Amino acid sequence: MTAIPAAPKADTAAPLLRVNNIEVIYDHVILVLKGVSLVLPAGGIVALLGANGAGKTTTLKAISNLLKAERGNVTKGSIEAFGERIDQLTASDLVRKGIIQVMEGRHCFGHLTVEENLMTGAFSRRDGRGAVAADIERCYSYFPRLKERRKSQAGYTSGGEQQMTAIARALMSRPKVILLDEPSMGLAPQLVEEIFEIVVRLNRDEGVSILLAEQNTNMALRYSHYGYILENGRVVMDGDAAELRQNEDVKEFYLGLSASGRKSYREVKHYKRRKRWLA
Amino acid sequence: MAFFFEVVLGGLLAGVLYSLVALGFVLIFKASGVFNFAQGAMVLFAALTLVRLMGWVPFWIAFPITCVVMIALAFIIERVVLRPLVNQEGIILFMATLGIAFFLEGFGQTVWGSDIYTLDLGIPKDPMFILESVFDGGLLVDKLDVFAAAVAGALVVGLALFFQKTKVGLALRAVADDHQAAQSIGVPLNYIWLVVWSAAGIVALVAGMVWGAKLGVQFSIALVALKALPVLILGGFTSVPGAIIGGLIIGMGEKISEVYLGPIIGGGIENWFAYMLALIFLLFRPQGLFGDKIIERV
Repeated sequence: MTAIPAAPKADTAAPLLRVNNIEVIYDHVILVLKGVSLVLPAGGIVALLGANGAGKTTTLKAISNLLKAERGNVTKGSIEAFGERIDQLTASDLVRKGIIQVMEGRHCFGHLTVEENLMTGAFSRRDGRGAVAADIERCYSYFPRLKERRKSQAGYTSGGEQQMTAIARALMSRPKVILLDEPSMGLAPQLVEEIFEIVVRLNRDEGVSILLAEQNTNMALRYSHYGYILENGRVVMDGDAAELRQNEDVKEFYLGLSASGRKSYREVKHYKRRKRWLA
Repeated sequence: MAFFFEVVLGGLLAGVLYSLVALGFVLIFKASGVFNFAQGAMVLFAALTLVRLMGWVPFWIAFPITCVVMIALAFIIERVVLRPLVNQEGIILFMATLGIAFFLEGFGQTVWGSDIYTLDLGIPKDPMFILESVFDGGLLVDKLDVFAAAVAGALVVGLALFFQKTKVGLALRAVADDHQAAQSIGVPLNYIWLVVWSAAGIVALVAGMVWGAKLGVQFSIALVALKALPVLILGGFTSVPGAIIGGLIIGMGEKISEVYLGPIIGGGIENWFAYMLALIFLLFRPQGLFGDKIIERV
C-alpha cells in the first residue's frame, strides 16, 4: 500500500475549501442537508462518510454546483474556496477555478473512446493541443490500463476502467480539488484498492486535494487524513481518520466491529436507539 | 438502360434535398437528445428571410445577413425556451419545439408575408445532358439538382470535420452522451446549445435556399420536414452520414418504385414509399442504418 502522505497541518495550511453550515432543499420542499460544515485543507484527503441518503452526494453537488440540475438549492450557509465565496459560480466556472467533481456511477461518455473521454476533460483549458496531449500521457502513467483501452468506446470497457476514465478525465482539467463521489461503487474489492492507491498518489504527486464521499467506511478511512460522518443531513462526528477508526461507535455502526463481539438481532432495538442518540 | 440510370440519378438528386433537411434534425438530436419539431419551420423562416432580403440586396449580402438572423434566432431560443427547461425530460423539450414550430411559422409569415416568392440563385434552369459518350443521347439532369448535391456534400464534409476534429465538436458529442457528466467536467450546456441551434439554423437556411429555388418559397416548405422523418429513421437519428445516405436511398427508392412498380400496382407510390420503408426499419432495425447502438452494460 502506498504510504499516505502526512496530513497537512491544520494551522499552517489555509483551508482550500470551506463549507459553512449549508442547508439544501430539493424541489422547494425536501430538506436534505440540515447544516453541514466541513473544511478541506490544501493537500488533504478528507472523507465524507455515511449511509445511503445521508447527504454525501448532495454536499458534493452543492460545492460543484451541479445541484441546480436536480432542482436542489442551497438555502442557507456559504461555501468558500481559495478564500472567496463560490456559491454563485456555475459548474463550468468552478472547473476553470480548479474544482471538479467525479460523479457517482462514473458517467463516462459511452460512445466516445477512452482517449476522447480524456480530451473532453480539457474542455475548459485554453493552453493548446500540445499541453493537452502531454497531460493525456501523464494520465496514462497513472492509469496504464487506460492506455491499452485508449481506442475502445468507453461504454464497452469494464466498470473499473470506466471509473479510472472518469477520474483521469477530471484530472485533465488540472484541478486543485477533486470531489470524488463513491469511486468504489460496484467494483471488486481489489479494484477498489487499486483505485484508492492511485488517488493517494495523485494527492501526493500532483498536489490535488480530495474530498471523498464513500460508503465503504473502512477503505475510505484507510486512505484519508480526516473524516466527517453524516447522518440524516447532519455531521454527527468528525476527526482524524486514525482516531475515527478506533472510535467504538464508528467501529460498531460503520465498520461492523464491536467490542462486545457479534450482536444478535435481538439487540437491534438498542442499536437503533443508540444511533438516534448519536444523531 | 439509359432511362433506368436517369431515373436513379433523378432520385438520388431529389434524395439530396431530403438529406439537407434531415441534417438539421440530426445535429440537434445528437447534441441534446431533442427531436426538434421546429426544423421544418426553421427551413421556411430562413428561406423567407433570404428571399425577402434578396428583394433589396444581392445574394452575397443577403446570405450572410440571414445567417446572422438564424444565429440570433438560436440565441433567443436558447434563452427563452431551452434555458428554463434545462434538465427536463426529452418529451418536454420536444413539446417546446412544437411551440417553436408554430411560432416561427406564424411569425415568419407575419413579418415577411405569406405569398409565394420565387428564389433565383442565378443557376440556369435548363437541363443538361451528361455522359453522352456512354449512353445514347446522354442522361438528363437538372442543373439545380446538381448544385444541391454539391452544396449538401460540402455541408456534410464541413460538419464531419467539425464533429470529429474540433474541441467544440467533441464537447457536442460528449453532451449527446451524458448531459450531467458534460456539465460536471465544465462544458457549459448553454453554450453548446447555442452552437448547435446556430448550426441547425444555418443548415436550415441552406435547405430552404435549395428547396426555395426548386419549389418557390411558400408555406409547403415547412412540410418537407415530414419527408425528413423517414430519412432519419432509415439513417439513424444520430448519424450525419446516415442522414445523407438515408435521403439518397429514399429519393432513389421513390423514383424507381414509382416508375417501375407504378404501372403494376397503380401510381402514387412516391407519396407513401418513404413511410412504408421507415415502418419496416422501425420493426427490424430501430436504430437505423448508422445510428449509435444503444450500449448497455449489466
